[in-house]
Amino acid sequence: MWEALKRLYHRMGSPKWFYEISARWLPWFAIPAALFMIVGTVWGLAFAPADYQQGNSFRIIYIHVPAAILAQSAYAMMAIAGAIYLIWRMKMAAWVAAAIAPIGASFCFIALITGAIWGKPTWGTWWVWDARLTSMLLLLFLYFGVMALQKAMDTEDTSAKAGAILSLVGLVNIPIIKYSVEWWNTLHQPATLKLTEESTMAMDMLIPLLIMIVGFYLLFATLIFMRTRNSVLWHERKKNWVKKLVQVQAEK
Amino acid sequence: MFFDSFAEFLAMGKHGFYVWLCYGITALVIIANILAPIRQRKKLIEQQVRLQRREKKNASEA
Amino acid sequence: MSLVTATIKRDLVIAARNPGEWLNPLMFFLMVLALFPLAVDPDPKFLAKIAAGVVWVAALLATLLSLDALFKADVEDGTLEQWLASGESLYAMALGKVFVHWCISGLPLTLVAPLLALMMNLPDDAYGALFFSLLLGTPILSLLGAVGAALTAGVRSGGLLLSLVILPLYIPILIFGASAVYHAGIEMEYAGQLGFLASFLCISMTLTPFAVAGALKLNLSR
Repeated sequence: MWEALKRLYHRMGSPKWFYEISARWLPWFAIPAALFMIVGTVWGLAFAPADYQQGNSFRIIYIHVPAAILAQSAYAMMAIAGAIYLIWRMKMAAWVAAAIAPIGASFCFIALITGAIWGKPTWGTWWVWDARLTSMLLLLFLYFGVMALQKAMDTEDTSAKAGAILSLVGLVNIPIIKYSVEWWNTLHQPATLKLTEESTMAMDMLIPLLIMIVGFYLLFATLIFMRTRNSVLWHERKKNWVKKLVQVQAEK
Repeated sequence: MFFDSFAEFLAMGKHGFYVWLCYGITALVIIANILAPIRQRKKLIEQQVRLQRREKKNASEA
Repeated sequence: MSLVTATIKRDLVIAARNPGEWLNPLMFFLMVLALFPLAVDPDPKFLAKIAAGVVWVAALLATLLSLDALFKADVEDGTLEQWLASGESLYAMALGKVFVHWCISGLPLTLVAPLLALMMNLPDDAYGALFFSLLLGTPILSLLGAVGAALTAGVRSGGLLLSLVILPLYIPILIFGASAVYHAGIEMEYAGQLGFLASFLCISMTLTPFAVAGALKLNLSR
């Protein structure tokens, strides 16, 4: 078993192998992603019951929560991929980390905007400084920091290393940030109406939410594959296998 | 169906604007995220095709 | 005139290719805004009172940060000396550089500020005043800032020195800009403040390029 894992790990480091195998994997992620997202959306919008207190604006949860979950786990994955590059110099890891950043930031942005829009019918304002939204905003700042830092570096190697260091520091900071923001929040908000009461959610509200979460993860994986494949093509463009591939494309 | 009519579905009980604004923005962001790598791949391949053509020309002229 | 327009075009294209140049100040603007509720009190009523001032301070700081790079690249690679040697009007060149700087800092700030002011619970009546005070004020910030940037171009750790030099000059703009927004928010007259900003804009547009040109010549003769 360990031999198989070791072989898989070494293969993952080979861009060519990744490119070939991801071509086969891609439909297995893309099509289920579309299916889960469509089923989850339709179920959440049309079939799930409305919330007792919030009415139909509650349906925003089917985007807000999956996007928030993805934004946070994507950051962790980006930091881990960066760490793999720092420790083992696996170029594929650097490319994956670079691919995650804009996607994770997009999901973070979605979570923020839907959270803010959801707040309007719920609390009457377009923005509240509550613990969750503020933490999401700070996560967006972390994402922007990593992306801005990577763009500012001169070489790809320094860019990947700097981004890795920053995202690792950010990863360690995330629980600290969350704790401080929640503590700050208790000082100022006497009674916060939580946007979501997860523990008391009914089954027929919970299932479409879970479907959407799976769908978002599949979409994330699909997007990572697509971006990393482009990175492979670009970085290996002088190699023969890429040249042959380009020739085949040229004849199409 | 939770809603009795399509009109009710669109209205979302007075919250239609917010719900559809959210789903709309999300759809836009997701579509943009899907199109970006597709366009990038096309650009990359086109660029390499042109490079190969030029190299072939240079090789045959040399 | 052609050298000036060529420089403007080149700088705008460079800015378009490096989105960080105008995105980073915007993110800084947002981050500074977020600091106030976190450090003091997120209560909407409190935020509504300080929103006008805080948005203006954040815009000012974001502009200040982006000024350091205004002449740095040109001093370092010798473009500045080429300008002097070309005999073209340094006055026009300075105006051109300021215009580009405003396009990538002041203009985005002005456009984004109303959106971000939502987070600070700015009173509804104040949004127009916010937009116009920034529209009039940010060019002044760029003009005055260019004087500071020209004076400190090529100085080591010039960024901090630049801030020290310019902040006193910025204070009148801050006072009238923030006051316009605040008074609009409490439904009082604010045309006077905007009028002051407009006249200050006219004065600085005509006079500061002289100072910028003189400062650049000074720095090159070192």
